[in-house]
Amino acid sequence: MQELSMNVLDVAENSVAAGSTLTRVTVEIDTAQRLLTVTIADNGRGMDEETVRRVTDPFYTTRTTRKVGLGLPLFREAAEATGGGLTIESQPGRGTTVRATFTLGHIDLAPLGDMTGTIVGLVQCNPEIDFVYRVTADGEEFCMDTREVRDILEGVPLSTPEVAVFLRGYLQENTENLLKRSTLI
Amino acid sequence: MKSLEELAAIRDRMKNVVNTREAGEDNIRIAVGMATCGIAAGARPVLNAFTEEVARRELSGVTVTQTGCIGICQYEPVVEVFAPGKEKVTYVKMTPEKVARVVGEHIVGGTPVAEYTIGAAQR
Repeated sequence: MQELSMNVLDVAENSVAAGSTLTRVTVEIDTAQRLLTVTIADNGRGMDEETVRRVTDPFYTTRTTRKVGLGLPLFREAAEATGGGLTIESQPGRGTTVRATFTLGHIDLAPLGDMTGTIVGLVQCNPEIDFVYRVTADGEEFCMDTREVRDILEGVPLSTPEVAVFLRGYLQENTENLLKRSTLI
Repeated sequence: MKSLEELAAIRDRMKNVVNTREAGEDNIRIAVGMATCGIAAGARPVLNAFTEEVARRELSGVTVTQTGCIGICQYEPVVEVFAPGKEKVTYVKMTPEKVARVVGEHIVGGTPVAEYTIGAAQR
């Protein structure tokens, strides 16, 4: 994956596949601590301890059509390459939280990339479920909750191309200055 | 700065569009492969390009959505087009640059772009 935002899309798709109805994607930038934290938290079916232990093994997958699952191993690798790491907390029936930390300014830190494209893609392709996208940077914050968007839309689906194009512009404008801080070190 | 309030105008416009056509059955579905393989190969910009092209042309009854891995990872980004009453068309190694032609010739014009399809790639 060339961008962390692509890992985020991939990992959040696991949440969708796990039956999550509310998935929270959070990007936190703390320039003083040189810390970038990316969290994907869902209320899907969760995993037992044994499964949690195995999911970052590239040769483990829940799929039956082939024997590798690369999503979480790639995300972990991207985090560890910067001196950070990946943690997974999960409870069967309650949900799963995947949290990756990265060292800002590290030479092996992949660019965050098009986070807006990731979020809009998730929302547009999964219009029946909700997402909360939050970006914080040194105390400033932006948040979008699709439940709020849904209220305004009054039944017009979140998958409508015109809605997706609007959301793209909306997120881009409102998060640009916050996300930029991840590159300033 | 854009605010969510602007969505109300889009909503009102879309409600009119939805009301003027029979919902459901006549929809064309454009499905972009968004599993790990597709994403790594560049599916997200392709999804975005289809969305923008469909919105730009104000096409109603066209949905842009995702599908999983269909087992031909070496051909990603893969895009499947489902039109009612017609056989599925599978486009392979898609790029944002190829999108305008697929929408113009296939989605609007009804004729698939043969040279982008999996049939052409396997020849």
